[in-house]
Amino acid sequence: MEQRKEEKNKYSIIIPTYNERLNIALIVYLIFKHVRDVEFEIIVVDDGSPDGTQDVVKQLQQVYGEDCILLRPRPKKLGLGTAYIHGLKHASGNFVVIMDADLSHHPKYLPSFIKKQLETGASIVTGTRYAQGGGVHGWNLMRKLTSRGANVLAQTLLWPGVSDLTGSFRLYKKSVLEDIITSVVSKGYVFQMEMIVRASRKGYHIEEVPITFVDRVFGSSKLGGSEIVEYLKGVAYLLVTT
Amino acid sequence: MKHVVKIMALLVAISSIWVGLLQTSIIPHSHTWLLPIYFVVSLGCYGLLMVGIGLMRFPTCPQEALLLQQDIIEAKEFLKQKGIDVGSD
Repeated sequence: MEQRKEEKNKYSIIIPTYNERLNIALIVYLIFKHVRDVEFEIIVVDDGSPDGTQDVVKQLQQVYGEDCILLRPRPKKLGLGTAYIHGLKHASGNFVVIMDADLSHHPKYLPSFIKKQLETGASIVTGTRYAQGGGVHGWNLMRKLTSRGANVLAQTLLWPGVSDLTGSFRLYKKSVLEDIITSVVSKGYVFQMEMIVRASRKGYHIEEVPITFVDRVFGSSKLGGSEIVEYLKGVAYLLVTT
Repeated sequence: MKHVVKIMALLVAISSIWVGLLQTSIIPHSHTWLLPIYFVVSLGCYGLLMVGIGLMRFPTCPQEALLLQQDIIEAKEFLKQKGIDVGSD
């Protein structure tokens, strides 16, 4: 019985891209290297990258097959949430994986996501950078401090039931993703928080797997004052509306 | 039930215990009046403690950066062979 269920599962991996012409090729190679004996498709949602990302994807389609790599572009940068919704429309799998295109999320963890879901029957498996076995590279002390502070604040106020709220490396049952994503209004990383908190409130079974996160945007401080304000507003919003 | 309602209920419960303590005299009044301050301060200390502990135990993975570099080289080799344009990004 278990064998038959596994064979019927298909995983749609949605990767939003913007100017990732090199990384998309690398990530596709790594996905094919690490995800074995499992039916999957990769859906690239490119927001009109000027660097030729879509051309590279078309070349990849020649190598790996157009049924395995779907290119579903959009005319311009329209935001992450809508990118997932757009990808969902073209997803033929019963499971959906979302991940970043810049190799901060390594495809070698995909089998552990899949395995965790099969073992536990969870609706959502989310990658956590903060648990034993996980980790981060490329963050300075300030970055770690703000991450830790933000996490403690969110844990105290929201009781989310997951250790990593802003992570965007996740496996969802397709029906669950469709259910939650329609009620989410936030943007940016607060979007990821809202997704997982709403899922938690709705009582969906959520599991975590440790992942490592190699921040490749060296030196760029993505955490300015405005980001912190945005985060606090996001937590307040989630506190009151979920 | 919305989450904020749960938190409010918790605060109401704690407040009523405090008011109860004020009315009966189990604890001397001088202490009772200060209880909310103690509560807020200990909450703050707890938060700082959690941040400090978390910071000390923050998991890092420097070896992953190396592994990633190796993966990138391997990937570029393969992709070049297949004719995919892997010029610099």
